[in-house]
Amino acid sequence: MKVKIIVNGYKKVYDVAPDEYLLDTLRADNFYSIKRGCDNSSCGVCTVLLDGKAVQSCTLLSVKADGHEITTIEGYQEEAKKLSEHFGHQGADQCGYCNSSLALTVHAMKTEIKNPTNEDIKEYLVGNLCRCTGYEAQHRAIKLCLEDEE
Amino acid sequence: MKVVNQALPSIDGKGLMMGKKAYTDDLAEPNSLIVKVLRSPHPYAKIVKIDTSKAEALEGVELVLTYKDFERRPFTRAGQGYPEPSPHDKFVLDNYVRYIGDEAAAVAALTEKIAIKALKLIDIEYEVLEPVLDFETAFENEVLVHMEPEIHEMFPIGFNPKKNLAASYHMHVGDVSKSLEESEVVIEQSFYTQAQAHVMLEPHNVNARMDYQGRLMIYSSTQTPIHIRRIISQALDYPLSKIRIIKPRVGGGFGGKQAIHGELLVSTVTIKTGKPSKMIYTRKEVFESSYSRHPMRFDIKLGATKDGVLKAIDCFVISDTGAYGEHALTVFMVAAAKVFPLYNKVDSVRFHGNVVYTNHTPAGAYRGYGAVQGNFALESSIDMLCHKLNIDPVKFRQKNMIRETETSPIFKIMGEGTEGIEMFMESCKLEYCVKRGAELVKWKELFPRKELGNSKVKGVGMAIAMQGSGIPYIDMAAATIKLNDDGFYNLLIGATDIGQGSDTILAQIAAEALGTTLDKVIVYSSDTDLTPYDTGAYASSTTYVSGNAVLKAGKEMRQLIIDEAAKVFDVKVEDIEYDGVVLKTKDKEITLKDLSNRLFYNEDQKQLQVTSSYYGTKSPPPFMAGFVEIDVDKETGEVDIIDYISIVDCGTTINPMLARGQVEGGIVQGIGMAMYEEVLYTKKGKLVTNDLMNYRIPTRREIHKLTTEFADSYEKSGPYGAKSVGEIGIDTPPAALANAVYNAVGVRITTLPITAEKILMAIKEKEKGEN
Repeated sequence: MKVKIIVNGYKKVYDVAPDEYLLDTLRADNFYSIKRGCDNSSCGVCTVLLDGKAVQSCTLLSVKADGHEITTIEGYQEEAKKLSEHFGHQGADQCGYCNSSLALTVHAMKTEIKNPTNEDIKEYLVGNLCRCTGYEAQHRAIKLCLEDEE
Repeated sequence: MKVVNQALPSIDGKGLMMGKKAYTDDLAEPNSLIVKVLRSPHPYAKIVKIDTSKAEALEGVELVLTYKDFERRPFTRAGQGYPEPSPHDKFVLDNYVRYIGDEAAAVAALTEKIAIKALKLIDIEYEVLEPVLDFETAFENEVLVHMEPEIHEMFPIGFNPKKNLAASYHMHVGDVSKSLEESEVVIEQSFYTQAQAHVMLEPHNVNARMDYQGRLMIYSSTQTPIHIRRIISQALDYPLSKIRIIKPRVGGGFGGKQAIHGELLVSTVTIKTGKPSKMIYTRKEVFESSYSRHPMRFDIKLGATKDGVLKAIDCFVISDTGAYGEHALTVFMVAAAKVFPLYNKVDSVRFHGNVVYTNHTPAGAYRGYGAVQGNFALESSIDMLCHKLNIDPVKFRQKNMIRETETSPIFKIMGEGTEGIEMFMESCKLEYCVKRGAELVKWKELFPRKELGNSKVKGVGMAIAMQGSGIPYIDMAAATIKLNDDGFYNLLIGATDIGQGSDTILAQIAAEALGTTLDKVIVYSSDTDLTPYDTGAYASSTTYVSGNAVLKAGKEMRQLIIDEAAKVFDVKVEDIEYDGVVLKTKDKEITLKDLSNRLFYNEDQKQLQVTSSYYGTKSPPPFMAGFVEIDVDKETGEVDIIDYISIVDCGTTINPMLARGQVEGGIVQGIGMAMYEEVLYTKKGKLVTNDLMNYRIPTRREIHKLTTEFADSYEKSGPYGAKSVGEIGIDTPPAALANAVYNAVGVRITTLPITAEKILMAIKEKEKGEN
């Protein structure tokens, strides 16, 4: 069946199966920032924004996105670059598999919470798992990036 | 130093955050056949009938594979050097299945949906067998996990499938029974560690195609591309020269990607059909059907004089390797070899036991590799001994632990699967690490506990640890440096960046040696057609072993450049001064840029390129002291980890920020093992904790503060004074946290993980005993 989705500002039409997940639809369309991790919405690496809200594309049926706007980090390249500078300086880069989705979730957080506290940041990003860094360096980098933008 | 020991940003972080095409599945052919596996629902069964005709008849199914399609060529998935110290006890597909999740058959189809449908159409009949599910009774059990006549060990490792032994081992120094008899204070305790899962966020995945030259070309999310190539060739009897393995960006490994996973099935599908194929493990398959950490039981006895001199360590261990014996012996040996030398002044040591087969998900390589299990047992029992002696655990360690210039007889006796190498500690700053950690955690003020009111109590705990830097005389690494026009370089390495940042730190080493900047060194890793040999990313080998190869190559390239400049100016080599940018002699000079262009296009043309190799003749251990401050709620047993303090001696940090990341990532993975990561099986042997909802790894919420510092240390044999740092971080949290819990609330938890439930029940037990 055909679904119409606006992806990063571009109108797209996808021919999808009724039980197809958005993760598969978008990866097949070369959106490599969206990763497959856990298959059940518990790790965060497949995060996309659905009308600005962070959702997990591994459990979101593509038909549910029909008529909606989807944003991936491919749509926020400058913002990703800026956050990545801080990641670089804080040593927060490791395997990078969770980084795109984390950057996207940080973007969503900024639109929802003004001046988030340490606890706000941890709570908002709690669904974005990382097995490499121990979170500390990521947290420093995210805070510095937020301060920079103030 | 201009580039080394500098906190430079990683060379790849930006592109990865921007979502560039980089990982294995990003590089799969869009029309790949999807390979799915029919997995055993039984912990142990014989396939008595398998009919694939209905599955084969389904439209869109290209191939169905069963054990009948494979020659009986036993191998090990372990992904080690050759010959492996792991038994060859696995077949690509077998007519026996040995754990729930084991491979019974495979399908390749046009889509995932068709493949899954086809799996259901395979008519399979099992003769269900009695399984071995309790590893403590597996040895000499009447049920045998392996009875195949073809399986074998490559050299003596104590392999005896008739007793369910994948490996067994015994070593001793001195007379431990006599030492224990003579000891004034003795403690005895058993400890259990669990089958921790790696949970790298990128699941195992692989894709293959036949290239235009008729060669099998594979992208694999692996830590060991060269070993993968060899195992495919041996297991499938396919020419090595016709296989190319490319390791693209890897989304985490932690040892989980040292072994071979879907590569054999995917290769078979592509060889047989000529079509591209791919396989991505579901998260459930990663949990159930790859492998985990070896669960172990330690029965440990320590003896000491009453004034606190440790005299004897006696340790019997049973390790559960599950259905296949990957890394069975080596992980077992590391549980002592990279733990017991911490206490090198003892009169006697005994370490022995069995690695048994069971019908559980196999165990294999995992960051820490036995040392984290051994550390939990030894460092917990040392604190128990301190309590009995009424000696401060910090003081006890300061009195008994290994110091710079010292050695331990264990180094010579125990290597990894073979005898070891005598080593003296040329760099060991443990004394500093312990002193500094005690200061930062405010040990004098907080040990053992401080009541906080509201049912909460603060406690502190600590542990010390060591690891290694590669496997001496076995791990070899090579690096190629090529000079380009305009004076920039390619660094080609077989070393395998799996996220730990080795591409960046190896480029830093090269840049330092070449006298250039990081942007002038273009790194490529790794591709078995293009990059030189490297064992791969395991055994904490990359910084030390691969780093030394890169350093050698850098120095040699620098010399080649000077030689060429001497020819240009017609002077002696000694008369050339070179700062990495300009080559000078008396009144003449030429920039590297001009020289490299001249070498390509103008005069005496040639390509400057060097390849250098390195293998370690020792494995200098990184050391650390871990101190933790916790708050325990006595009414609920809940633990809040306030601060985890790591003071690490890894020699020079090539990149202090990335080294810190290695330590902190290890600490949090260790905290997960210590506190949260519970592994549960049903009575029938089914893994319950097989997804990320049931298996809890630490989130941001649990991690309040990590304090990480490095000791000022220099390892002469390491590149610019460096030792490796990939594993050491994971070693201390289980023991340090168990010790902190004991110090806080007086209960000793001896089985991992240390859950709130266990703490509360132990508190209740203790209160009962006191009343």
